[in-house]
Amino acid sequence: MITQALVSQAVAIQERRSGKPGQAVYSGRSRTILERGFYAFKSSSWLIVISGFVEPVFYLLAFGFGIGQLIGDLEDGAGNLVSYAAFIAPALLATSAMNGAIYDATWNVFFKMHFGKVYQVMLQSSLGPLDVALGEISWALLRGLSYSLGFMAIVTPIGLVTNLWGLLAIPAATLIAFGFASIGMAITSYLKSFQQMNWITFFLLPMFLFSGTFFPVSVYPEWIQTIVQALPLWQGVELVRSLMLGIIHPGLLGHVLYFLVMIAGGLWFTTVRLKALFMR
Amino acid sequence: MFATAKEIVISARSLTKKYKDFVAVDGIDFEVRRGEAFGLLGPNGAGKSTTMKMIASVSQRTSGDLSILGKEPNTQGPEIRAHLGVVPQKDLLDRELKVWENLFTYGRYFGLSRKFLKDKVEELLEFAQLTEKRMSKADDLSGGMQRRLAIARGLVNEPEILMLDEPTTGLDPQARHILWDRLFRLKEQGVTLVITTHYMDEAEQLCDRLIVMDKGKIMAEGSPAELIKKYSSKEVLELRFGTDKNEAAAEQLKDLAERIEVLPDRILLYTQKGEDLLTQIVDAGLNPITSLVRRSSLEDVFLRLTGRSLVE
Repeated sequence: MITQALVSQAVAIQERRSGKPGQAVYSGRSRTILERGFYAFKSSSWLIVISGFVEPVFYLLAFGFGIGQLIGDLEDGAGNLVSYAAFIAPALLATSAMNGAIYDATWNVFFKMHFGKVYQVMLQSSLGPLDVALGEISWALLRGLSYSLGFMAIVTPIGLVTNLWGLLAIPAATLIAFGFASIGMAITSYLKSFQQMNWITFFLLPMFLFSGTFFPVSVYPEWIQTIVQALPLWQGVELVRSLMLGIIHPGLLGHVLYFLVMIAGGLWFTTVRLKALFMR
Repeated sequence: MFATAKEIVISARSLTKKYKDFVAVDGIDFEVRRGEAFGLLGPNGAGKSTTMKMIASVSQRTSGDLSILGKEPNTQGPEIRAHLGVVPQKDLLDRELKVWENLFTYGRYFGLSRKFLKDKVEELLEFAQLTEKRMSKADDLSGGMQRRLAIARGLVNEPEILMLDEPTTGLDPQARHILWDRLFRLKEQGVTLVITTHYMDEAEQLCDRLIVMDKGKIMAEGSPAELIKKYSSKEVLELRFGTDKNEAAAEQLKDLAERIEVLPDRILLYTQKGEDLLTQIVDAGLNPITSLVRRSSLEDVFLRLTGRSLVE
């Protein structure tokens, strides 16, 4: 025998949102999507997750401490000399945040969208497309954040975080991960095949190598600098590097704003696309 | 809440859905009353699933009116969906999750508390006869079990209306009968069922009332018995004379029955009394190779209304 209430709790819960703005697209329950993420994660392969985390650590070892020995110290932009490892560590932290978020927001989202049909089921419930977008993007963000926390746990003891401002690198990494997760899921929602998905990787690698990660962008001619500075990873690298090296200036807010726009844009497009794909 | 049997829970007027130039649902009208089992029948591409999606508020209509429990799906989608249970055609279970997690996480999507769901999940596992399988991955279940899990999932939010899109397609007879039994129990408890199917025996078993759709339009509406009465005869006499002799025999038979249908392999005679007609035919000297008298079924109605040619 199935018990059946006169007014189900699900209805009572939903009717509390009745008349609120956006009630057709948002039910305020994206956390339940994070919960689903945890249940799915429990039984997934940890090895893949860890492999994404160690990548920037290897770069730090190879370039920071290997090649860094040949390079010596660098001028940090505020006139101070810093070790090469201290110069690239913030960039690799930003990259960690990006990688974690992107892995989840692209490949995993692509799978759930086209094969797992996970979103279709979510949208059958009283969730709205904005709940799903926000929940999935937050889940991807968490992966980016955990990569950066892991990276911080490695670079702090070896003395690469030299001042208290460096602690702000964590919220900065969260912002970066949020931005990449958001735009990553938005782009993925427009892609239809594995070939198209590979274009994301094709774009990410050069961005990683040339966004001021391993050398200052001042080596480029002006027009290339302009292009690089428009890219999200450069924005993230600059933000984290300034914080970790303690170079605080109002310009940092510009980077923050860049990511806020990226987050909002990604959320908006993802919501629109979820509607177009699963609620047509 | 204190509903009379007549209360209308779903009402569609000139309901239309177009995808670019293709008209999937072409201005249909129907009503579903609380507590009834309402069927949507039709061949593939008739517009059944599209109609279901519009009711489930996951597809916006192009024109016409649609009201579910007095609410407007275009603006109150989540609120309507809180009232509904949905069992999609392909189950769409969460393959990354275990059986119980499928039920639990889906309940959480509705905002139901963990405490509430702890008991609810147990109750539903029992209802779906899946208690033993609770720790299995959804992917590892048999087809029948997956379908029962999908139905259990659709019941997590204690819906007033349960929508089932071809609930028994692809199941073996045992699994179908278990499923029909579960659906009967739900109906007894006052859950309104909206079912699409192209199995006529299923429609006769389950549905109080149904519409037959073809090419986006409603061809007929009524209870199974009413439809049989209106569009078919009481009995059907099926005769086989051999593939090349059917046509010739039909010529002699055509005035004996209310309606006659000549198929490549057999002749169908629609009549009130099949046995009498058969005697009459044999007495007249016609000797069919095989003969069969059967009750007229919804399938006869269906084929008459939607034709015998294949829908591709």
